[in-house]
Amino acid sequence: MTLEIIGISVLWLFLFGYIIVGSIDYGAGFFNAYSIVTRKEHVVSKIIQRYLSPVWEVTNVFFVFFFVGIIGFFPQTAFYYGTTLLIPASIALILLAIRGSYYAFESYGKRGHKGYAIMYGLSGLLIPASLSVVLTISEGGFIHIENGAPVLDYVALFFNPLTWSVVVLSLIAVLYISAVFLTWYANETGDQHATDLMRKYALGWSIPLIIAASGIIIELRFHNEEHYQRILDFWWMFAISFVLWGLTVWLIWQRRRYGTAFWLLVGQFAFAFFGYGISHYPYLLYPHFSIYEGFTNEAMAISLIVVFILGMALLIPSLYLLLRLFLFDENYKKGKK
Amino acid sequence: MLFEDPAYASQLLTLLTLSFHIIYATIGVGLPLMIMIAQWIGIRNNDPHYLLMARRWAKGFVVTVAVGVVTGTAIGLQLALLWPSFMELAGNIIALPLFMEVFAFFFEAIFLGIYLYTWDRFDNPKKHLLLLIPVAVGSGMSAFFITMVNSFMNSPAGFDIVNGELVNANPLLAMFTVSMPTKVAHVLATGYMTIAFLLAAIAAYRLIKGSHKEYHTKALHMTMKIGLIFALAAAVIGDFSGKYLAEYQPEKLAAAEWHFETSSEAPLVMWGMLDENNETRFALEIPFALSILAHGTPGAEVIGLEEFPAEEQPPLVIHYFFDLMVTIGMFLLLLSLVYWVATWRNWTFIQRPWYRWLIVLGGPLAFLGIEAGWWMAEVGRQPWILRGLMTIEEAATTSDYVGLMFIFFAVLYFILGVGTVVVLRHMFRKNPVEEDLAKYQGGEQA
Repeated sequence: MTLEIIGISVLWLFLFGYIIVGSIDYGAGFFNAYSIVTRKEHVVSKIIQRYLSPVWEVTNVFFVFFFVGIIGFFPQTAFYYGTTLLIPASIALILLAIRGSYYAFESYGKRGHKGYAIMYGLSGLLIPASLSVVLTISEGGFIHIENGAPVLDYVALFFNPLTWSVVVLSLIAVLYISAVFLTWYANETGDQHATDLMRKYALGWSIPLIIAASGIIIELRFHNEEHYQRILDFWWMFAISFVLWGLTVWLIWQRRRYGTAFWLLVGQFAFAFFGYGISHYPYLLYPHFSIYEGFTNEAMAISLIVVFILGMALLIPSLYLLLRLFLFDENYKKGKK
Repeated sequence: MLFEDPAYASQLLTLLTLSFHIIYATIGVGLPLMIMIAQWIGIRNNDPHYLLMARRWAKGFVVTVAVGVVTGTAIGLQLALLWPSFMELAGNIIALPLFMEVFAFFFEAIFLGIYLYTWDRFDNPKKHLLLLIPVAVGSGMSAFFITMVNSFMNSPAGFDIVNGELVNANPLLAMFTVSMPTKVAHVLATGYMTIAFLLAAIAAYRLIKGSHKEYHTKALHMTMKIGLIFALAAAVIGDFSGKYLAEYQPEKLAAAEWHFETSSEAPLVMWGMLDENNETRFALEIPFALSILAHGTPGAEVIGLEEFPAEEQPPLVIHYFFDLMVTIGMFLLLLSLVYWVATWRNWTFIQRPWYRWLIVLGGPLAFLGIEAGWWMAEVGRQPWILRGLMTIEEAATTSDYVGLMFIFFAVLYFILGVGTVVVLRHMFRKNPVEEDLAKYQGGEQA
């Protein structure tokens, strides 16, 4: 395994981590807002607040980790993506700021400001949408080089069906992941009403999810033939993903083992996400630069990997402690302490 | 339009984001230490006042942390969005401390979450106190690593450029540059100092308003003492920073001091104005002081600005930033020193409203000092983004929309700033100390 592969694997793993924990967070914000609008807030708000408050900052770090890491391992990404992503990334940042401040302003200031809660919920859907644009851009065809600097063709990007398919998929995925997790968490707290409500949402979003995901593969065929062929080479990873999706839905339908259902969902997304990533190899931006051209010098790569291992040795026990105290602590979940 | 040049607009947006972020970042670095000290004294002396102090500070801390995290994320991404060519080069050399900073932040985030939501979950309060150690260490380490990156920009090292190609990259040499020790130490010391004076200002204000006397007197006493220690440290390190500048970045020192001609026995120019011939007027000149600041002896020769080509000279406005920083630092040092001596000798004038108003003034002034110090350090590096290697023009984005983004972010920061003040006021108005204390002693959750 070369240093380049290690680097991109680590980053891809963190991006995957962000997609899971971020989706739970964004979806929960949306369900929270939705329940306020439909006057069902007494059902889910408490559960959502209870889980989210201690972990939102950690969720944010996954995101920071990814973009700092990718510039560390692949400095050229700063040149290509930094210049072109000014608008979508700035919008995502502003939305992130609205969300981040919500926890503090809403939980500690005046409680129950409806407008803020709704903005918070909506921002949770818009952030994945604005960030997922990067995936479309990386397929190539939207960036050309002018006077030695990359320029993004916004018009082509805006009117491309692939762009919108990716946006729709990211929205549905957020709602689905979040609903499955919250079904489990609500069930753990022993709140039957919340469990039923979240279960309904989970089942409702499961079919659109699989339709949107299949749609993207078809879109790719027209947009990036080479990538499409490589996806077919790895068809078995997507097949496994599909089977795991089926098992998750079946368990939730049967009202059985919500915890297992959630972990199957994680597996489903892992196979799809890594299948997509591997088939995209070796390009970071098709066809302008690959992980081999954009890689940092050897000394930096080695020191980053060493720091990464040391950092993980520190983080994994701490994360475990956090989860044990809030996610899996019987008294905390039931709201006693 | 003002924002037509992407390089200029990028500078303005970076200035805006950083100036806003450092307010919250400074609180983020300094406050955990103060909470830790208060909680430690509270447990050791079994004094509910200090325990409550820790708790109330921690409550306010959550609000500022949230804004600090989001603005920190903003500046993190903006570095790549606004300065892509710089980050491409920097990614090759300086990615290591950036990466480590994220780990420190991660570490802090995890334990802060646990600390804030476990007030009543441990039977032994010492266990809860232990959670603060990783928070304080993590926030200190964040400041340490990120200042390392900034030091690299002031004194690039750890690589060679051969025929335009970067070779011999050494991440460790890039981290431990000549400017690193003074910069990191000064950032940490002034951070702790600022928060001590901020908390002192709040306590003094509440005392003037006649709130719970015992509680606020204890808070004032403790924070003024801590403030004095860090103000002394900041002054000593500031002197080292001057010596560093004289040796390695003489153009910055010369511009900050309006020292145009190379000379020995150089005077230190405080305040004043420049006329069109670059002659200083209305300034307070302290003989030999610049030579002492730069080299430690009154007769030493200090390099003047004339030695540098005009296009490499930093803007002369940094003189005011420098003077503002030093004046505020001296004022706070004296304020806390007098307070400490007066307490020791039982002089009562420090309990008079006029002295307390001075302490109240010290809080915002400390933040102004932090801002001025950063403006001096950053504007004083112009026209370089990497001193001697890459100019701001070469590093900036070529995108046309920076001006528009500036407006968006300005609105955002305005809302966040107002929001912070409103929420914090609401929070502490609703829960006065007396009530919290009654609840707390009654065994309820405060």
